[in-house]
Amino acid sequence: MTELRVRGLTKTYRRGEPVLRGLDLNVAGGELTAVLGPSGCGKTTLLRIIAGFVEPTGGTVAVGGRVLSGPGVRIRPERRAIGIVAQEGALFPHLSVARNITFGLTALARPDRRARAGELLELVGLAGLDARMPHELSGGQQQRVALARALAPRPSVVLFDEPFNALDSSLRGGLRDDVRAALRATGATAVLVTHDQQEALSVADRVAVLREGRVEQHGTPEEVYRQPASMWVAGFVGDAVLVPASAAGGIAHTPLGRVPLTTDARTTDADGDGTALLRPEQLRLGAADASATRGTVTDIRFHGHDTVALISVGGLPRAVAVRHAGPLALRPGDSTGLTITGTATFYPDAPPPSSDAATAEARAQRVR
Amino acid sequence: MNVPSQSLFRAGPGEKRRAPAVSRRRRGTSEGPRMSAVLAVPAAVTAAFALLPLVYLTVRSLEHGFGYAWDIVADGRTAHLLVRSLSLALVVVAASVLIGVSLAWLTERTALPAPRLWAVLATLPLAVPSYVMAFSWLSAFPSLAGFRGAALVLSLACSPYVYLPVAAALRGIDPAQEEAARSLGHGALGVFLRITLPQLRHAVGGGALLVALYVVADFGAVSLMRYDTFTRAIHTSYRASFDRTPAAVLSCVLVLLTALLVLAERRARGRARLAGTGRGSPRPAERLPLGRLRGPAVGWCALVAGAAVAFPLGSLGYWIAQGTSATWDPAELADTAWATARLAAAGAALTILLALPVGVVAARHRTRTAHLLEQASFAGHALPGITVALAMVFLSVRYAYALYQQWPLLVMAYAMLFLPLAVTAVRTAVLQAPPELEYMARSLGRGPLGTLRAVTVPLAAPGIATGAALTFVVIMKELPATLLLRPTGMDTLATRLWTHTGVAAYAAAAPYALALILIAAVPSYLLGRHR
Repeated sequence: MTELRVRGLTKTYRRGEPVLRGLDLNVAGGELTAVLGPSGCGKTTLLRIIAGFVEPTGGTVAVGGRVLSGPGVRIRPERRAIGIVAQEGALFPHLSVARNITFGLTALARPDRRARAGELLELVGLAGLDARMPHELSGGQQQRVALARALAPRPSVVLFDEPFNALDSSLRGGLRDDVRAALRATGATAVLVTHDQQEALSVADRVAVLREGRVEQHGTPEEVYRQPASMWVAGFVGDAVLVPASAAGGIAHTPLGRVPLTTDARTTDADGDGTALLRPEQLRLGAADASATRGTVTDIRFHGHDTVALISVGGLPRAVAVRHAGPLALRPGDSTGLTITGTATFYPDAPPPSSDAATAEARAQRVR
Repeated sequence: MNVPSQSLFRAGPGEKRRAPAVSRRRRGTSEGPRMSAVLAVPAAVTAAFALLPLVYLTVRSLEHGFGYAWDIVADGRTAHLLVRSLSLALVVVAASVLIGVSLAWLTERTALPAPRLWAVLATLPLAVPSYVMAFSWLSAFPSLAGFRGAALVLSLACSPYVYLPVAAALRGIDPAQEEAARSLGHGALGVFLRITLPQLRHAVGGGALLVALYVVADFGAVSLMRYDTFTRAIHTSYRASFDRTPAAVLSCVLVLLTALLVLAERRARGRARLAGTGRGSPRPAERLPLGRLRGPAVGWCALVAGAAVAFPLGSLGYWIAQGTSATWDPAELADTAWATARLAAAGAALTILLALPVGVVAARHRTRTAHLLEQASFAGHALPGITVALAMVFLSVRYAYALYQQWPLLVMAYAMLFLPLAVTAVRTAVLQAPPELEYMARSLGRGPLGTLRAVTVPLAAPGIATGAALTFVVIMKELPATLLLRPTGMDTLATRLWTHTGVAAYAAAAPYALALILIAAVPSYLLGRHR
């Protein structure tokens, strides 16, 4: 169980803007952290610096207390014991599956190497494919071999560079689960870089949201989703309903009704005007009785597993999204009642983005 | 986002095209692992080796003082030679780019009948030494002597230097790009001009540079065509007088000229890498139907093949038919052929060995040092064989007399002469291997040398083998350095051919020319067939 510590990391390429601006990141031993961010936020650079392919301009990278990159220190990639799984596998096209996997096992005797390859193929669910060549494998199988190859030398840290990017969405889920299981089995510390928020939330123990070369928030998937550190994060990690609110005594008054605030250090004493964050699944549709806010359905979007209804409510410039499990018997034009469940996160002194510019930007970056 | 299922199978490890081009370029250039000593030291040795003749030339040039050397440079005759060499190079480059690119496109991308045959024929001029081609044309049309003849013969002889890299680059371009352009409403010609051609510019530029260097350094063809360029003037000057300084000074001017050519190619190539062209595409491009242009297309291919291959062979056949068994000895021919092949094999092996570190450095590092190392290794092609030979004679007599008039000296001269060819081949081959795989190898615990051995070299092996074959071919054809450096009593096919031609014994020379063509055709044939 080896901890990865990144402190004050900066990186400026020869010409141009800094890519990393004092990035801090701790990944506890045996934990999988997803680094989530829009393209250009520096997440790939971070990965390549940890791996030792790129030299940072400043800051340190340490694994298990051993400084790998820092002032006056630059451990070569081959001495770092850090495995990496590249976007499309980057298997050696001239080597068989078995020889790809044993590539990093130079210290072992030949029979031991073969045994280890078999063990890893078993682990990634490809037993018996030792003799295949990379081009004879499907994209998903190639990624599994890439994972086995990275794990073979028992690295203390494994890095994933958008490993599921090139795969069909139907294959991603299975591979994700297998990656998690394999990591658990080996106990390696892992960092997974992705721009896909669903992937980050579902696969990782903790999520670090990167924006413009800094970690904007680092927490469990639930924290990042339920209590985003900023409205930008709120919009980036999921659909956000941001409404103007005035808070008093832990309760926010919004055009959608009263809602208790999530209690954490940041928001407890925040009385006054600001913005409240709700998630579409926190809103419930029902009878338009006294306890509910009245609204009118403007649009219905059916997604299969759920349905999103857009409801326009008096006092709000824009319709709010309501997520409802399963199909919905409403049609545009119907009036409905709206109630809130759970708690809201409050951003004091911040008006909700009037034209939703901030969330639109975050959404646009997320979609990419 | 749904990825079409097809791309699953196309997501081979060799292709990494999805990452944004800008960040990839950054990563691959200055930000990779530093140049390690394992590469830097041998590359520096190669560069120093390649620069040896140049050092000798400078020493010889200044032996009688700077003023004396300057008088030779300032002489009007030097400017005259410069104009003659440059105008010939310009015409030959234009013609061989036209021939090379058109044949590459026709054989790789169009529904030309028998494309493999034309591909082989397009590479065959490599096996016809320029002086043999000059001899064959001149013996039939004596009026060709001069600029026209030299330009015709050199264009035909040099076109494979453009054809081979361009054909390889065409095979490397993902046809999906061209299909996308077609679906966006561009015609075949528009796609070629806007999508394909820009991606070929490294291949065309590299090939054109080789052609220009070849023309400027050619000795045999221009001598036979009696067209005075630098090389012929240097040779005449060396042979004609005891004072070797003018020959050395003129060589220095020639080297300056080639250095400028190398710099021009550098600028054209810019900072761009072979972005988007992976190691061969997973599926070949659809061939474009030629329609009514089929006839002219075949006619063009046939015209080039006829002029560059069939005509010289026919001419030689004529001279052989003129001869009798008394004019040549088959056993002697066999012995000479064997000796030539052994020399060429040793030369090619040494050349590739020396080119390897420089080629890898040039492909992977875009630093000032890498530029200097690569350019230094290009010195050889700028030096006419005669001057490299002179340098070796001078150095061996003074510092290593045991080597004087021994075959290792000749092999070293070959390596000096043909390093540029091998370095270009190695660099191109290494560029085709994604740097990502080297990063993987490093992260799996291999050091720089281990990565080179286990990943870079095996992936680049086909390209390096191509380079070795090319080097073998050009060494077999080498004339001026062999004439001067061969051990006493040892003859190569080229020197025997030269000797016989010198006394107008065309019938006796013809079998050697034919043998030279046939032996050298084997690697050319493999190049054309083996992809």
